[in-house]
Amino acid sequence: MASASQGNSATAAETARQTRMSERTPATTPTEVSVRFEISNLDFYYGAKQAVFGLNLKIPKNKITSLIGPSGCGKSTFLRTLNRMNETIRNTRVRGQILLDGQDILEMDVVALRRRVGMVFQRPNPFPKSIYDNVAYGLRINGYRGRLPDLVEHSLKRAALWDEVKNSLHKSAFALSGGQQQRLCIARALAVDPEVLLLDEPCSALDPVTTAKIEELMFHLKDSCTLAIVTHNMQQAARASDFTAFMLDGKLIEHNETSKLFTTPQDPRTEAYITGRFG
Amino acid sequence: MSHVRLIWRKSLNAVMLTLTGVAAFGVVSILFLILGYFIYNGGHSLNWDFFTQLPKPVGELGGGMANAIVGSLKLLLLAALIGLPTGLLAGVYLAEFGGKALGFLIRYTTDLLNGVPSIVIGIFAYALAVEPVKHFSTLAGGLALGIMVVPITLRSTEEFLRAVSGSLREGAMALGASKWRTIATVVLPAASGGIITGMLLSLARVAGETAPLLFTALGNRFWSPGWSQPTAALPLMIYEYAISAYDDWHRQAWAAGLVLLALVLLANLGCRFVLNRRGTIRSV
Repeated sequence: MASASQGNSATAAETARQTRMSERTPATTPTEVSVRFEISNLDFYYGAKQAVFGLNLKIPKNKITSLIGPSGCGKSTFLRTLNRMNETIRNTRVRGQILLDGQDILEMDVVALRRRVGMVFQRPNPFPKSIYDNVAYGLRINGYRGRLPDLVEHSLKRAALWDEVKNSLHKSAFALSGGQQQRLCIARALAVDPEVLLLDEPCSALDPVTTAKIEELMFHLKDSCTLAIVTHNMQQAARASDFTAFMLDGKLIEHNETSKLFTTPQDPRTEAYITGRFG
Repeated sequence: MSHVRLIWRKSLNAVMLTLTGVAAFGVVSILFLILGYFIYNGGHSLNWDFFTQLPKPVGELGGGMANAIVGSLKLLLLAALIGLPTGLLAGVYLAEFGGKALGFLIRYTTDLLNGVPSIVIGIFAYALAVEPVKHFSTLAGGLALGIMVVPITLRSTEEFLRAVSGSLREGAMALGASKWRTIATVVLPAASGGIITGMLLSLARVAGETAPLLFTALGNRFWSPGWSQPTAALPLMIYEYAISAYDDWHRQAWAAGLVLLALVLLANLGCRFVLNRRGTIRSV
């Protein structure tokens, strides 16, 4: 009896999952945005210390979702669970479910996952190679068998860097300015054509002019990519994102369209944070 | 009161500055004294013959140490073949994979190995490669030197790998590179300048070792007939010639010392050169 009911519920879950998957195929109603990432009941631990508590969030396709919150609230940790980068840190544990287009990422091959979910880090981290080799890196390690130069050019164009570097492709990436290096890192991530681009405070080491360039770039990337950005800068979240999630002490407090969250926050803690009363 | 303290502080400052300065100057001058002394004593014995001729029989003047120079190079080649890959790979393991307990064990053992007197290494190589075959050989000498190369290469490799920023590793892994791929294509190239320096310095260090060669490579007054036969080496020549009774041999010992010293200095300069080139990167 018990086993039969378990079997039933498993089938029910499977059916529900298939339904969800079919819902997510292109045919969506205009009012409803389709979901790329669906995170449910996510807990994350560094050893015994829990950093993310029961987080539920849907990250919509071809939109920019920003994650805001005070330092140490777990937003970067959360972002890094989305491409399983936290697995590189010893003694970490994740619980819950993260679905990428209906597929559980914890069951996916990590290399395949990271190819689909690219990442740009806080500090520009170009490899000590030429500009060309930096962009080609992801393609080479993934055994890409096409015309490398074309794809390198295409990626640099998508990252709005081509015009500045087209005559110095074989110079060291370290010769670029900070903002150029960050755009190079974006080009490097884009080269493998990811569906999602995670950006972990990509502008915190950059000046306002360069920041504006990156934000404009993000805006253009929306057409081909889903973006999730962690930022300390609330103006940036307000300017550049479609949806905003506010986190505090490892919990998701509020998630809404950016315009709504910043004008009519539902939670007093969100209001306190965005009006600058703490954090 | 405060005036007295000010004077006290300033004079203490002056005294310490002088002490540190004198010590630093002392270090620099020791090197230049050695170099100058060798040039003074050995410089005039350095001629074309020294590099191209075999040692002359006792009593005949002139001759050279061509066999010892080639012998030293052969021994260094063997030491490099044995010691560098081992040290490099173990260093990668230690820096990238070594757990806490195992890492500690490897590190500790390596430091102990580094501290083992070179003559003991020589005895070990003797037991391993001379005793069983009952004759001295170039191979045994290379083995002894190779063992000495391992700990130096290992620790410097580990150190330079650890200095590579974690953000580079993350960048590569975020692109889907496996750990091994990340190490091979990003971390090692980033640390290559330092690692190569460590390797060159370790070779320079063993180039002058005499004790491990005494009962392995043994020495030879003629061209070594092969890898399995005894060979001459510069440090052995210096030892033999310096304690001999002949003035001509003394002069040649000085010259050999100068050559050895120049070899080590050149290796060091080579390191500087490699390190300076790290900034510029060749394309594809």
